[in-house]
Amino acid sequence: MEDILNQYGTVHLNDVKVWFKAGTTADFPSNGGGCIKYKNKQIAVIKFDRRNEWYACQNLCPHKMEMVLSRGMIGSMEDIPKIACPLHKKTFSLVDGSNLNGDDLKIATYPVKIEGNEVFVGFLD
Amino acid sequence: MINVIVVGNGMVGYKFCEKFIAKSGQEHYQITVFGEEPRRAYDRVHLSEYFGGKSADDLSMSTLSWYQDNNIILNTSELVLKIDKEHKTVTTHLDKSYPYDYLVLATGSSAFVPPIKGADKAGVFVYRTIEDLDAIMAYAKKIKKNGATQAAVLGGGLLGLEAAKAVYDLGLNPHVVEFATRLMPRQLDKGASDMLQAKIEELNIGIHLNKATQYIDGEDRITGMMFAEEELLKVDMLVISAGIKPRDELGRVSGLEVGERGGIVVNNQMQTSDPHIYAIGEVALYNSMIYGLVAPGYEMADVAAEQILNGNKTMRDTIDMSTQLKLIGVEVASFGDPFIENHSVTAIVYENKFNGIYKRINVTKDGKTLLGGILVGDSSDYNSLFQIYSNALPLPKNPEDLILGSRGGESTALGANDLPDSAVICSCENVTKGAICCSITEGTCATFGDVVKHTRATTGCGGCKPMVVDIVKATQKSLGKEVKDVICEHFAYNRQELYDIVKINKYTSYNQVLGIVGKGDGCEVCKPLLSSIFSSIYNDTANKHVTAQDSNDRFLANIQRNGTYSVVPRIAGGEITAEKLIVIGEVAKKYNLYTKITGGQRIDLFGAHLNDLPAIWKLLIDAGFESGHAYGKSLRTVKSCVGNAWCRYGMDESAGFAIELENRYKGLRSPHKIKGGVSACIRECAEARGKDFGLIAVEGGWNLYICGNGGANPKHAILLAEQIDRATCIKYLDRFLMYYIRTAGPLVRTSTWLEKLEGGMDYLKEVVIEDSLGIVDALEVEMQGLVDTFECEWKQAIESPEMMQRFSHFTNSDETDDNIEFVALRDQKMPKSW
Repeated sequence: MEDILNQYGTVHLNDVKVWFKAGTTADFPSNGGGCIKYKNKQIAVIKFDRRNEWYACQNLCPHKMEMVLSRGMIGSMEDIPKIACPLHKKTFSLVDGSNLNGDDLKIATYPVKIEGNEVFVGFLD
Repeated sequence: MINVIVVGNGMVGYKFCEKFIAKSGQEHYQITVFGEEPRRAYDRVHLSEYFGGKSADDLSMSTLSWYQDNNIILNTSELVLKIDKEHKTVTTHLDKSYPYDYLVLATGSSAFVPPIKGADKAGVFVYRTIEDLDAIMAYAKKIKKNGATQAAVLGGGLLGLEAAKAVYDLGLNPHVVEFATRLMPRQLDKGASDMLQAKIEELNIGIHLNKATQYIDGEDRITGMMFAEEELLKVDMLVISAGIKPRDELGRVSGLEVGERGGIVVNNQMQTSDPHIYAIGEVALYNSMIYGLVAPGYEMADVAAEQILNGNKTMRDTIDMSTQLKLIGVEVASFGDPFIENHSVTAIVYENKFNGIYKRINVTKDGKTLLGGILVGDSSDYNSLFQIYSNALPLPKNPEDLILGSRGGESTALGANDLPDSAVICSCENVTKGAICCSITEGTCATFGDVVKHTRATTGCGGCKPMVVDIVKATQKSLGKEVKDVICEHFAYNRQELYDIVKINKYTSYNQVLGIVGKGDGCEVCKPLLSSIFSSIYNDTANKHVTAQDSNDRFLANIQRNGTYSVVPRIAGGEITAEKLIVIGEVAKKYNLYTKITGGQRIDLFGAHLNDLPAIWKLLIDAGFESGHAYGKSLRTVKSCVGNAWCRYGMDESAGFAIELENRYKGLRSPHKIKGGVSACIRECAEARGKDFGLIAVEGGWNLYICGNGGANPKHAILLAEQIDRATCIKYLDRFLMYYIRTAGPLVRTSTWLEKLEGGMDYLKEVVIEDSLGIVDALEVEMQGLVDTFECEWKQAIESPEMMQRFSHFTNSDETDDNIEFVALRDQKMPKSW
């Protein structure tokens, strides 16, 4: 169990070693998320058209350890872009992964870059 | 950097870190934590839930990243062996030394094992850590295979009874063995103990009081316990939970002052005999006492953190040992001095053996002060009583009203306004009423959620939540805040206003409405609400506005515990042919789904992978099924009895009418779910009066009832019209439902909507029957429009390759989620819990 969670750690833009091609921009729904598989990780990739931004985070909700975050609704809280888990509506910042309901739970976030119509997610290895 | 080393990574050690990093000035300090256990701090208070299926991770108090993010170094599996007080260093079993400026000992306690001969035999355990629990579980499993059924727990205190519950959950029959003459001798008197004993014995748990164990019987493993007078209790396992022993060995070898019976002596600043070394939690001996409760431990953590950061907070002189909990399903609470009774104090006792309730309060003879008390079987008065006791509030004229309730009609329950600002509302986090009020009056917080986040009140045991809610409401009211009922931070409107805005301006998409009348990027509250409004006005199915739909609507199925989905085809009125039943069975078999009959007379198929949903629905739709909309805030089912086609009592054809109504309103999106029922006589087999609308056949027609529901607050539906024909039923229902959809708040069911409707049922009758607002024609036209344009959204989805795309777990792979695992449940399956 711990192992599944420990696979995920926030990656900062400057630390990226591998840019993984996650697909094309058309693979992801507007203002919503899709889940990609990279090695044994599941990553939610979010196409936030309203903000003209892309975000990525772990697909695993740390509350009940289910691979579901990419299916959640996105939105904002006081201008912080966020995603709500479909199971119990725990919401997380897409910027730093912190829980916005005041719990200690936290998710890992990953950098995304777009080149042409291709979507890349950054990893350490 | 100033180095703070914390030895011990239990609940109190963790709380110290949490308190420390929240204080100002902490950025000049580096915290390093040592824990001898391999895991991070976990919640021992709820340890027995580990047997109930909670995982070690569920019990964990934090995440690994929490330590990293807060710049705390956590060294697990590393035991501190020595303190060099002179050079201020600690040495661990890895022979590494670390310098400290301040040292905090939070080593906690271990289980106390009484010196009984044979306690080292196999099958004898203590109850303290997750490793202990794992060992107990493994042993229980082994001996159960060999036919063992009986196990004992030594200790009838709080922890002993927790352990007994754990043994019970493992499928063994527990026997609680206690040396004292009553259960929980520190908290309960004889009467309370007797009541608790009676309740526990109902579960076939044996209680053996006043028993001194002479030795543990058996060759190399336990087979029994021998009490005085040659009395033998045959058991195959023993769990010892007879108290705690402070883990003070580090203090001893390092020359810190320790108490005669253990524990490192501390002053009211939590300092040990060495002023640079602090001790907190169950290892600390304060006022010659070890405190085995979480609340004092947390307070000690806070005091030590303050002191190190040069604050002046000290520990109170007397520590409150009040406690409220549920033991083996029985509510138990004790506060203040539970036993005191003398020439100036008298006890008032209420005992009800029929209901298994015992209540005692200790009141001064002048009737003015409450000094303590005990509650067994019903602890709902605990919050009020505890506040009266701890704030020395005046008592009612008849103090017995406190536990009996006022018999004159007026309530004695304590309101938020009755409490002084100093009253501690949340004992776990030590939050006062004043702190809650100030957080609102000073503008830091606006809502209950803000207050929780800011003060951390209610985040411990959660027992104080109702009181915190009351205080927040009362404070908001005192500020003259007319709390406008708006949807969320993105729209300054209520649902009805938004409904009108969309309709009048003919808005058709979420982004359009947000851009014109809202702000920000929306959220999980306003998105599904607007999608529902588009459905109610334009009959848009959930296949439109996909990412603005609630997640269940987005995937047209109900998400379940492990991220798989359940599938519910519509079975209108609960009527189904053998052919269709066989199709459901075949689908369930093919995709290995767990099947269960629902309360709404249909069949739910659980455990479908997201990727399989389209194929499952293809099979169902080819056989003539449609979506049952079980995932939507929409019409669910119209339940029926079989009716006069078969039943000798039936007055009318209820099943046929139910099918007609269900097909009429299927897919109707509404503020909340809607359910209906049709019964063919007043025996009411369809439970129609428990639904949002219900019809009962009577002599000369149908009686129409509306606004009932089951759920958390059951309400019977109320009569709208009597002895009307089928066409009139449909006419009134169209009007009623459409009026509800237009005007109700989000997630408000019909019964709550009616309660808040000014004028109530009389007003609703005027609108629906007498047309007082002149809108019934419009309501009927709107409803007929929706009925005429119904489309099955699952049929839409499987016929469109583009829509089908969203039913895959990965966007870059056709694989399903390989984390999903199932275990056996009776003859079927269920999600594996972590």
